[in-house]
Amino acid sequence: MAEALVKIRNVSKSYYRDSQEIPVLRNINFDIPQGEFLALMGPSGSGKTTLLNLISGIDRPSSGDLAVAGENVAQLTDGQLAKWRSEHIGLVFQFYNLLPVLTAFENVELPLMLTKLSKAERRKHVETALSIVGLADRVKHYPRQLSGGQEQRVAIARAIVSDPTLLLADEPTGDLDKQSAEDIMTLLSRLNKEFGKTIIVVTHDPRAAEKAHLIRHLNKGELT
Amino acid sequence: MVLSLIIRNALRHKLRTFLTILGVAVAVMAFGLIRTILAAWYSSVEASSPDRLVTRNAVGITSTLPLSYREQILKIDGVKQVTWANWFGGTYIDPENFFPQFAVDKDAYFEVFPEFITPPDQFEAWKNDLRGAIVGRKLADRFGWKVGDRITLIGSIYTDNWDFDIVGIYAGKDQTIDEGSMLMRWDYLDAWIKKNWPGYAAQIGWYVLKLSDPNRSTEISSAIDTQFKNSTAETRTETEKAFALSFVQMSGAILVLLKVMSFLIIGIILMVLVNTMVMAGRERTAEHAYMKSLGFRAYHLVWIISGESLLIAFLGGGLGLLLLFGVANIVKSAVAMWFPVFVVTPATFMIVICVALFVGLLAAIFPSQRVVRMKIVDGLRVVD
Ligand SMILES: Nc1ncnc2c1ncn2[C@@H]1O[C@H](COP(=O)(O)OP(=O)(O)OP(=O)(O)O)[C@@H](O)[C@H]1O
Ligand SMILES: [Mg+2]
Repeated sequence: MAEALVKIRNVSKSYYRDSQEIPVLRNINFDIPQGEFLALMGPSGSGKTTLLNLISGIDRPSSGDLAVAGENVAQLTDGQLAKWRSEHIGLVFQFYNLLPVLTAFENVELPLMLTKLSKAERRKHVETALSIVGLADRVKHYPRQLSGGQEQRVAIARAIVSDPTLLLADEPTGDLDKQSAEDIMTLLSRLNKEFGKTIIVVTHDPRAAEKAHLIRHLNKGELT
Repeated sequence: MVLSLIIRNALRHKLRTFLTILGVAVAVMAFGLIRTILAAWYSSVEASSPDRLVTRNAVGITSTLPLSYREQILKIDGVKQVTWANWFGGTYIDPENFFPQFAVDKDAYFEVFPEFITPPDQFEAWKNDLRGAIVGRKLADRFGWKVGDRITLIGSIYTDNWDFDIVGIYAGKDQTIDEGSMLMRWDYLDAWIKKNWPGYAAQIGWYVLKLSDPNRSTEISSAIDTQFKNSTAETRTETEKAFALSFVQMSGAILVLLKVMSFLIIGIILMVLVNTMVMAGRERTAEHAYMKSLGFRAYHLVWIISGESLLIAFLGGGLGLLLLFGVANIVKSAVAMWFPVFVVTPATFMIVICVALFVGLLAAIFPSQRVVRMKIVDGLRVVD
């Protein structure tokens, strides 16, 4: 089998509060192959979000090595990391994080503003992404004119518009009703099957986790 | 897209943005008004010519000098022309109607003050009419006087009812020249003094000298004052600018106060804008964190924040300038007695623009600093 897409070696993470060390992740060792659809579960406070943040490069491990697609993420400068993220990572959050002043189209276009794509090329990418998530008819809507499920689909479109290596979703269904939650999980599953995206989803919902190939549990900072 | 994002961000809280713009506008107007008052105050000084000297009685501005000095001053090397004036001090109908009146030498006064422009025929008429008076254009407008009108002033120094014929109207060479004064003939005044207070005739208030070379003003000033040393009326000669300043300096404390106030107002503008920008920055913490997570850098966000701050500052500054021009126009006639030249000068205009720019940039610093320091993980934890 080819080399794993994500390689986590002896990764630990601690936060400091008033010079007191709070260990959050302890000695994590973990490989994620290309094309995997992984669900990460665990009780609140177990460090799921923290682990996801380390993989996406918006936070750094306290110790250990973390490589994504052959790049040792822990060793990049902030500037290199920002560029690396924009090329390799798509992020989806529980609360969608859409910019309320931008339309669905503009929200999806936002990450492409960092690329050299022309306006016409951007338009093509945005339209493709929005049609994949089934919102081609909502391009001109502002977030407040969309339902929660639709907002989350716009957020997913935004996460995939730059064709990232890795799609990371932190409780993407946490704020949605049952039906919308199922639609979102089906969509992620499609992205994995049809487009071969490697996906990691953090979720509390066992029904949602069922859609994944693999379920891993975090407990008190340790993978079980 | 960046520009449209900036505008849309500003419009998120329409009322707050509107109130901020209004607040900035009112403060900018107040600032501009103070600068205009200061400029008006100094305009008499600025309008003075470097090639003119003023000789007055060393005792003080209210003491007179003999007319006989004129010949002697004219003989001094470097003095091209000498003219003179007296403060008249009359009341037109009501003391509220105050305006400056000078009894001047009909032969050389306008030669020494070429910035007062009178049509030649009116000037001739003045020379041929002992009771003739030439008034500034703004003064004539203020009271609706026309050439051919007869007006009466009640003398407060030379107590009598004085009739004058308006024979001419002068205009200033440019906007900074006072057009609110009245110039009557000194010989009319002197004839009255000769009749009523015989011992005080042939006295003048001050001489104004035109020099052939402005660079020699120091040397000529001391030559004149030396010449009249130990005579019955010793003189004090200074440049016209220094003479004008000696009036301004009397109110030095007020000037300082006004300057301090104008700086306080800049502080107020700054606080209004900082408040809005800091609030906006806080509300958008999660969005800023999200944009950073997409790969946007702090400087991208600083651009967007500064753009919004500058936009509000400029809209406020622009509106403030409009208000300023409006208010300056309205109060112009009310303050005409203190400030004959009350206009928003280009310099004031530029200062106001610079203040808006400066405040706009400064107000962006606080939220920008926050965005630069913010860690993505911390920003994302903020749920609104
Ligand atoms: N920036 C931080 N500063 C201090 N402590 C933090 C920080 N981020 C996380 N923690 C702590 O780390 C622990 C793990 O947090 P994390 O958000 O990874 O948990 P989680 O598994 O995602 O929980 P949940 O299911 O509630 O989202 C928690 O105890 C949390 O208080
Ligand atoms: Mg979490």
